[in-house]
Amino acid sequence: MEKKLILRGLLAGGLGGLLAFLFARVFAEPQIQAAIDYESGREEAQEALDQAAGVQVEGHEHEVFSRALQGNLGIGVGMVLFGIAMGALFAVVYTVSLGRVGQVRARVLALLVAGGGFLSLYLVPFLKYPANPPAIGNGDTIGTRSALYLVMVAASVIFLVVAVVVGRTLSQRLGAWNATLVGGLVFALLAGILMALLPSLGHLSVNVAQFGEQATETPLPLRNTQGDIVYPGFPADTLANFRLYSVLAQVVLWATIGLVFGPLAERVLGGGKRAEVLAEV
Amino acid sequence: MATIPADRSTPVVLPVSKAVLWLGITVFVALAVYYFVGVDQGATSVFGSDTHVHEFVHDARHFLGFPCH
Repeated sequence: MEKKLILRGLLAGGLGGLLAFLFARVFAEPQIQAAIDYESGREEAQEALDQAAGVQVEGHEHEVFSRALQGNLGIGVGMVLFGIAMGALFAVVYTVSLGRVGQVRARVLALLVAGGGFLSLYLVPFLKYPANPPAIGNGDTIGTRSALYLVMVAASVIFLVVAVVVGRTLSQRLGAWNATLVGGLVFALLAGILMALLPSLGHLSVNVAQFGEQATETPLPLRNTQGDIVYPGFPADTLANFRLYSVLAQVVLWATIGLVFGPLAERVLGGGKRAEVLAEV
Repeated sequence: MATIPADRSTPVVLPVSKAVLWLGITVFVALAVYYFVGVDQGATSVFGSDTHVHEFVHDARHFLGFPCH
């Protein structure tokens, strides 16, 4: 039983990753290219400033993979692998949740678990540390940023489990509806407290030392020694679009997992009757 | 809640103790893939100072919300 469910989770996840990749290829890649173009232009402006100031200019790093490869095959492989991994985790949580989270139909449970995955593995961490296109992000803080992001992911998962347990415990006394509301409130409170405690990326000591007090690592305008702006800050529209598309791609991924897995699981769990009918047809 | 017929909800409870091997393997492999797509060769690296994994899935990593660079 568990092997059948896991296999279907992998399938649903792979399909979700594929659809999210198609979405990314159409909507995200132009934004990523715009961000890379901004970064290149900024580097040139910085080099010109350095040369004028008599500072030695370092040579360019060579590309490991071409942009065409990264923007077509690389993002495709990455998205599909991520989808399969999420489908696998989804299937495990679904299998464990079966019959343990109250009276829910197999199909509805698939949507609930997918919603939980979207919320805890992506959306809540995103609220604190949103997705950024290339050109945003200080290379010197990658270690801290990775750790902070993974703390948000792990904590969101734990908070969601706590919320479900609280909801289940209270459902006898308050009824399913009110117990679910209390569970949701517990989750929002715990996540909110953690977000308030963790630092903003701009407030990391390395960033404060380099750029002063800023909220984020989004590049500010580049200024020459007189303080004139010689290159603009990161384009706001590119950033806003990239983040919106990032959220939508995850919606596509998790919705596909929930909607595809649900009927497949129902067929597995429905047992003999459905299968016999299908065999006769 | 009696309005929902019992056979339409999810009564199947898998004894987790029996399924724990497959569930465990699945979680482990899934987390490994999550790590390689999202984190490896950025903050930490399994294959030393190589950047091929990082550069190959570069765009996906940004777009999936992971910190990068």
